[in-house]
Amino acid sequence: MPTLPPGLSRRQWLSTATASLAPLAWPALAQPAAASEVLVRRIPSSGEAVPVIGLGSWITFNVGNDSKARDACTEVVRAFFAAGGRVIDSSPMYGSSQPVIGHALAKLGRSTALFSAEKVWVGDVSRGAAQMEASRAFWGVPQFDLMQVHNLLSWEEHLPRLQAMKAAGRLRYVGISTSEGRRHAELERIMRTQKIDFVQLTHNLLDREAEQRLLPLAQERGIAVLVNRPFRQGSLLDQLARHPLPGWAGEIGCSNWAQVALKFVVSHPGVTCAIPATSQVAHLRQNMGAALGPMPDAALRERMARDVAAL
Amino acid sequence: MSEWWTYRPEDFLMFAPRTYWRLFELHNQAWWPAHVLAVLAGLAILVGLWRSGPAALRFATGVLALGCAFVAWTFLWQSYAVINWAATGFAWAFGAQAIGLLVLATRASLVLAAGRARRRVGLGLLFWAVLVHPLLALALGRPWVQAEVSGLAPDPTAIAMLGVLVCADAGTRATRVLLGSLRAGALLWCAVSAATLVTMGSAQGWVMLGVTVLAVAVLALGRSRW
Repeated sequence: MPTLPPGLSRRQWLSTATASLAPLAWPALAQPAAASEVLVRRIPSSGEAVPVIGLGSWITFNVGNDSKARDACTEVVRAFFAAGGRVIDSSPMYGSSQPVIGHALAKLGRSTALFSAEKVWVGDVSRGAAQMEASRAFWGVPQFDLMQVHNLLSWEEHLPRLQAMKAAGRLRYVGISTSEGRRHAELERIMRTQKIDFVQLTHNLLDREAEQRLLPLAQERGIAVLVNRPFRQGSLLDQLARHPLPGWAGEIGCSNWAQVALKFVVSHPGVTCAIPATSQVAHLRQNMGAALGPMPDAALRERMARDVAAL
Repeated sequence: MSEWWTYRPEDFLMFAPRTYWRLFELHNQAWWPAHVLAVLAGLAILVGLWRSGPAALRFATGVLALGCAFVAWTFLWQSYAVINWAATGFAWAFGAQAIGLLVLATRASLVLAAGRARRRVGLGLLFWAVLVHPLLALALGRPWVQAEVSGLAPDPTAIAMLGVLVCADAGTRATRVLLGSLRAGALLWCAVSAATLVTMGSAQGWVMLGVTVLAVAVLALGRSRW
């Protein structure tokens, strides 16, 4: 566990651990003042800073050839970069999400801020290279920043190939992903035995298993953590929407449940970035608000989880 | 798939309901006014089966074969498969159904079912597919431009197929096997669609489930010449 500077609570430390993203910002867009204040975390293997809120694309960006819906997704990406966001995550499993992201990036112009997180998802490892190349072509990027083995599928064969790609400069980071608490024992074994830069897992106010072993292990082993399903694919927010915000939400600068849920996730010191998915600009802006202002300390995190579980 | 017991139906739903319904809107825009022809063809099948015998049955299976092939290529392959990789398989299945229906249309041993009640249920399913199913979009609060029309969209096409196949019987073993396979294919689609729609939270899923249960029940009772 990292030690906090003397006299500084975790809440204070988290709230001040921000870095300016102005040099990384998208030159074509006017940056709101908030974009330079977003909370960032360092990727342990490189020290590179990424904002704690990213953008997922499961379901929300799978809109097919619908030009109206594609343009709506483009606006979400525009708002994401404008609010200081960087990490966009996708997978070949997500239907048309990859070409929709590519459509947005092409329309908006290449962004130097983009941190592209992709996955390889194929059991036959000999087809992995072709799949990754197809994904790259869909995104329209020269190369991916992060390539993850999706849902641990054939990870024993994929990981050495991804490491070789990283060594050859064709990737910057290598990772592995799972979701909804599946195969955590195997994920833990991989984290202990393999040299990986990232893991992706599910963590939210109600699904907290990762806090027991995986998040502490990630801190111990210097592995960055992407968190998927911070809203339980929307069902958590649907459930919470029926209740008023608790008093403590104001203490951490939250004006809605989405920010409460995200601040709970990203305030864990083992988490690098949460990747909520949305197809609406208004929701995107709410989500990005969770990267601003004070964060809950360990005691408040416990209270948040307890109160939400009781609702 | 490891830890398969931890998966729920919603884990396999990879698109939002609004994206699914938009597919029909865009499909309808692309193929208008083919809908008029499709409804007229459906009415011709309905009237033909109501009034006459095996010739109408062969006409019905022939027309449905065209509808099935059209749905397989234009909707399932070109449209639905873009947001759901499983739809490629559905397109092949509808293509196979089209070929089977075409073969069935050439079989002299294809006859109208003896049971009057069974024929009425078959005609009822056909009536639903051609005239009622397209109205569900409006009835369930979606715009009329998202209507699903038999011969252009998979659900009413599968229901129409079931309706016609419920009305049919086979005089030879080979035709009986083909007829059974086609019924199973149509039922399977209705079940898959019911599961998809219920998972999406659409009441339309219960319609597809009801159709599946009704068709299975009538075919099971039909064995006893009901």
